[in-house]
Amino acid sequence: MWNLVIESQSASLLGFKLQNYLITKLRNSFMLHLILFSVFGLICVAGAVNLLLQRHPINSALSLVVVMGSLAVEYLLLGAEFVAAIQVIVYAGAIMVLFVFVIMLLNAGEEEHSQGSHVAWLLGIPGVLAVTVIICWALVRSEGTAVALGVTPEASKAFGNAADISQLLFHQFLLPFEVTSILVLIAIMGAVVLAARPESDRREG
Amino acid sequence: MSIPLFILVSVIKIALILFVLLTAVAYTVWLERKVVGHMQNRWGPTRVGPFGLLQPAADGVKFLFKEDLTPPHVYKPLYVAAPMIAVVFAVTSIAVIPFGNWLNIGKISTPFQITDVNIGLLIVLGITSMGVYGVALSGWSSNSKYSLLGGLRASAQMISYEIALGLSLVGVLILAGTFSLRGIVDAQAGHFWGFIPNWFIFRGGQIVAFFIYLTSAYAETNRIPFDLPEAETELVAGYHTEYSAMKFAMFFMAEYANMITVACLASLLFLGGWRGPVFGPDWLQQLLPLFWFVLRVFAFLFVYIWVRGTLPRFRYDQLMAFGWKFLLPLAIANLVVTSLVVALT
Repeated sequence: MWNLVIESQSASLLGFKLQNYLITKLRNSFMLHLILFSVFGLICVAGAVNLLLQRHPINSALSLVVVMGSLAVEYLLLGAEFVAAIQVIVYAGAIMVLFVFVIMLLNAGEEEHSQGSHVAWLLGIPGVLAVTVIICWALVRSEGTAVALGVTPEASKAFGNAADISQLLFHQFLLPFEVTSILVLIAIMGAVVLAARPESDRREG
Repeated sequence: MSIPLFILVSVIKIALILFVLLTAVAYTVWLERKVVGHMQNRWGPTRVGPFGLLQPAADGVKFLFKEDLTPPHVYKPLYVAAPMIAVVFAVTSIAVIPFGNWLNIGKISTPFQITDVNIGLLIVLGITSMGVYGVALSGWSSNSKYSLLGGLRASAQMISYEIALGLSLVGVLILAGTFSLRGIVDAQAGHFWGFIPNWFIFRGGQIVAFFIYLTSAYAETNRIPFDLPEAETELVAGYHTEYSAMKFAMFFMAEYANMITVACLASLLFLGGWRGPVFGPDWLQQLLPLFWFVLRVFAFLFVYIWVRGTLPRFRYDQLMAFGWKFLLPLAIANLVVTSLVVALT
């Protein structure tokens, strides 16, 4: 084993070789990817189901954290490291903390389960089934969907890194990006207006 | 390197780094007690071992044998999980932090780092941002007013200062052009004007970013002057009021491990990482960068303790106003100026 390792090369070159070797080795082992992808997909779905079943809001919120985290791992497995990291930092690390914060602040208690309306049972389940079938059908039928959407295999290969995403974000999708930021600004202003008490109340309080 | 050998080397590295990290955590506590003691004209620990050096071991044994009390009114699953969450995320972030160059033993060559990823900095930020859950959940699940207030304060404070902290790092990222921590250190090689080292703290006004980072880091790790989540005079002990024995020790370990991570990041991003004079025989040349890195981390930790011995605690509204009205605009201004400098040169 030990004598297999070495060629007389400089240390860093050997390191790069090692990394490349491992990467190709892992890329080739498609099975490992598939297994990991399915496992985290299952964890993700289980978290989502648990989110609905739990009675206490804080348990539901934590299940949502699990969903976000396993989604991040799925992105990672698809080769989008940057998106995965941002998913964890923004959703699991910031937005969900705010959820938990609000639940703690309101000290929300356990909820009672209702039987659910008949309309939800009658329309909801067939609706979900129909949407699932349509999505599966579309994915199976046309393998060219990705190409039609402008995501070529070459592009998707390099999709994960920050440079490509910023190219897309600040060139092709600049207008939607800026408009979204204004939308967020409006939402913040709305929250401030709703949260701020009028002057007359404040004097008394 | 064959795959079994790679796995063997990785496991050895993980065990070694974990051991060093946890020892460092224990001795940072000792250092703090000693330094703060001398600042307050006391001796600090002196009884156990020479200079009290065995005090951390004694404390560890004490924590292990103390009664682990669970108050009857807690929400048990999260009460038990919270300290684990805190300590796991605090320790995990060390996985992507590089400590030095490459190590060559005989025919094996490996970096001083568990793993090098091209988004290393983002991973550290992501993992440390998950650490908030430990604090927030412990505060909530303890079902006590002091704990809840401490947890609320901690989560609000950590989210607020995380924004300033993240923005202060963007300037460095613009100058370095990579997320890889190793790449960022490589970008700080050499000197300018002949003698000043090419560290980011000296370049393009990043000293402002360093100030923002330093301040937000104190708030992120809940340290004086921003230790409001555990302010003794108001909240008994804040979010860990209801914890005892090893569960309490886990929060303690998480806090100090976070301090060390923050110190490592500061050295890597602003102070040139492991760069320094390297000389002597081959083995010394390999180990000296490690020494320079540890020296920086030690200096950073010392400043942490120094600040604790010097500054009083902020009021909570002062803390929030300082974060949102001063640090955040300053960080954005620094970002704009840095990108202008980079664009124009």
